[in-house]
Amino acid sequence: MAAISGMSRMSGLCFHAVRQTAARKALRLQHWRSFRVTAMHQQQPFDSSLEKPQFPGASAEFVDHLEFIQPNVISGIAVYRVMDRQGNIINPSEDPQLSKETVLNFYQKMTLLNTMDRILYESQRQGRISFYMTNYGEEGTHIGSAAALESNDLVFGQYREAGVLMYRGFPLDLFMAQCYANADDLGKGRQMPVHYGCKERNFVTISSPLATQIPQATGAAYALKRENTNRAVICYFGEGAASEGDAHAGFNFSATLECPLIFFCRNNGYAISTPTNEQYRGDGIAARGPGYGMLSIRVDGNDVFAVYNATKEARRRAVAENQPFLIEAMTYRVITPKSRPLMSSSKQENTLFLLLKYVIQALKQK
Amino acid sequence: MATSLRCFLRSGKQAVLVVARRGIHRSPPAALQVTVRDALNQAMDEELERDERVFLLGEEVAQYDGAYKVSRGLWKKYGDKRIIDTPISEMGFAGIAIGAAMAGLRPICEFMTFNFSMQAIDQVINSAAKTYYMSAGLQPVPIVFRGPNGASAGVAAQHSQCFAAWYAHCPGLKVVSPWNSEDAKGLLKSAIRDDNPVVFLENELLYGVPFEMSEESQSKDFTVPIGKAKIERPGTHITLVSHSRYVGHCLDAAAVLAKEGIDCEVINLRTIRPLDVECIESSVMKTNHLVTVEGGWPQFGVGAEICARIMEGSAFNYLDSPVTRVTGVDIPMPYAKILEEHSLPQVKDIIFSVKKTLNV
Repeated sequence: MAAISGMSRMSGLCFHAVRQTAARKALRLQHWRSFRVTAMHQQQPFDSSLEKPQFPGASAEFVDHLEFIQPNVISGIAVYRVMDRQGNIINPSEDPQLSKETVLNFYQKMTLLNTMDRILYESQRQGRISFYMTNYGEEGTHIGSAAALESNDLVFGQYREAGVLMYRGFPLDLFMAQCYANADDLGKGRQMPVHYGCKERNFVTISSPLATQIPQATGAAYALKRENTNRAVICYFGEGAASEGDAHAGFNFSATLECPLIFFCRNNGYAISTPTNEQYRGDGIAARGPGYGMLSIRVDGNDVFAVYNATKEARRRAVAENQPFLIEAMTYRVITPKSRPLMSSSKQENTLFLLLKYVIQALKQK
Repeated sequence: MATSLRCFLRSGKQAVLVVARRGIHRSPPAALQVTVRDALNQAMDEELERDERVFLLGEEVAQYDGAYKVSRGLWKKYGDKRIIDTPISEMGFAGIAIGAAMAGLRPICEFMTFNFSMQAIDQVINSAAKTYYMSAGLQPVPIVFRGPNGASAGVAAQHSQCFAAWYAHCPGLKVVSPWNSEDAKGLLKSAIRDDNPVVFLENELLYGVPFEMSEESQSKDFTVPIGKAKIERPGTHITLVSHSRYVGHCLDAAAVLAKEGIDCEVINLRTIRPLDVECIESSVMKTNHLVTVEGGWPQFGVGAEICARIMEGSAFNYLDSPVTRVTGVDIPMPYAKILEEHSLPQVKDIIFSVKKTLNV
């Protein structure tokens, strides 16, 4: 796989260098070799005597019967989970073995986020702030992924990632100040509510136009790679925003530029009122990853341990191997928990409820 | 709420004026209050019915009834074939709409706000605007790009920019900016019937504002011609030129100034490109003073263009003082309410500029 991608990379270079002499071409290859941190990929010499396709654009075998590749949407990419619906760890080897304090911190932060959301959402309905985005249902995606990162990893969000910032210790006062645009606001009242940003906590300020953060995250990851400080970038977006052209550019470039980057897609089934079957026809966002040459996984976004495990491993390898990862966290967007927030229906398993069940069980055991 | 009351009072005042002039006792015409949103909805409904090549596409236009409910009821009436919800990609659906227009349909492409049209601006300029010329007249692109433009309330920098100047700069486009319900309905119908690409700049704050619509404007064949400005209030001392929401501000300023004996002529541009220079010139030749009012930024803006055109034409010799431009403040729009209020033209700013221009 590495040799194949190396070959297509080499051929890409050759296209650009078509007018140069062979000697100058060799010098450019030398330059690329010394710059890249990953191992050098040797180009296979083309041997026209072999009955093998030798197209620079792809590396594959010949086939002599007509068959279209079937997009597999009935049985899509499997959803990785750690807990069952009762909060039991299914496979003990997948247990992240987190301390009781850590797990309780997860639960505390998710509940705090939930509570803050309720107050600010009501503020918006009362006309005290003009705009608010709740995080109901998706708390697990924030906390699980934030916990798996280092504190100096750079975060690019879309608008539904307040839990990441909360996990990193952004105080409630500053959340409120930003939404109310008062004198304590770090952004001095310039930004709409939920457009948080915090330099000390490495959380890039939220920008309204959808998916513009995706190529920006790629560029930032490229810059971090050059710095060689073992930092990663995580880029959050929804499944709707992944339809934007910027998403395509960001994904593609992250692979060709070999960036230490985690793309984290929150797939909650809706973009305002547009359901996913009108947003795309493929197998979600995870299925797009391999198309760009990215390692990809689909996880249960309501299972905070699954999110944690996937993000942790992705981060480790992204930094060690300088390549992007795509995590698609399947979840639900809960509109307004008009009654108790811990209610779950037969269709939905609330992320808080699942963790609560685990916590209760774990506390019984320990 | 206050705005609608003002509009109601204004329409009442005009009716009284008419009666006084004619000296005949007659009851005012059947006044129908229609919001700008409903006027736009009616225009689209009538054009969809009239020509089956017309269709609407954009984010949330179908089942959600439109992000601002402008297309309410249309999906229910016309179905999936004519009202299409698109995935989130402005570049994508603008391109799709332009391709459909080139293939013979007449799309209405809705941007949730014109701020997001920047994601599609290459399609709008390089594929819609320039194609008729580049094809030596062989390939028209009969498309309407519509959506809210300019400042709303509490939506900050990335949702509040005015694109009138940007689009009006480009040959090949028509750029329309209605103010009241009659403008909205008549101009949208003209835009849909026009074979050229038209950028139709609405205003979110005006959607809910009711204006009086005459009986004539309620007809299904009522259109307002593109490229012709309207004198909303005749006057003699000074000309105020504006477009969209600020026409209302100019009329409010004119009402206040009238009490001090200053008689303002208020022109509603209605169309930004092609600009109705003749209307402005004849007005300036009458009043000798000019103030332009717009929500957009000052540099290279609508007011700047008006100043240049006046200077280039015969009306220049009639000016008794330099033209004053009243514009939005030259900064990205802040969010905090008090900052936002001070970043946009207010009635007092217009009054101040009028007095400065008249040297009173």
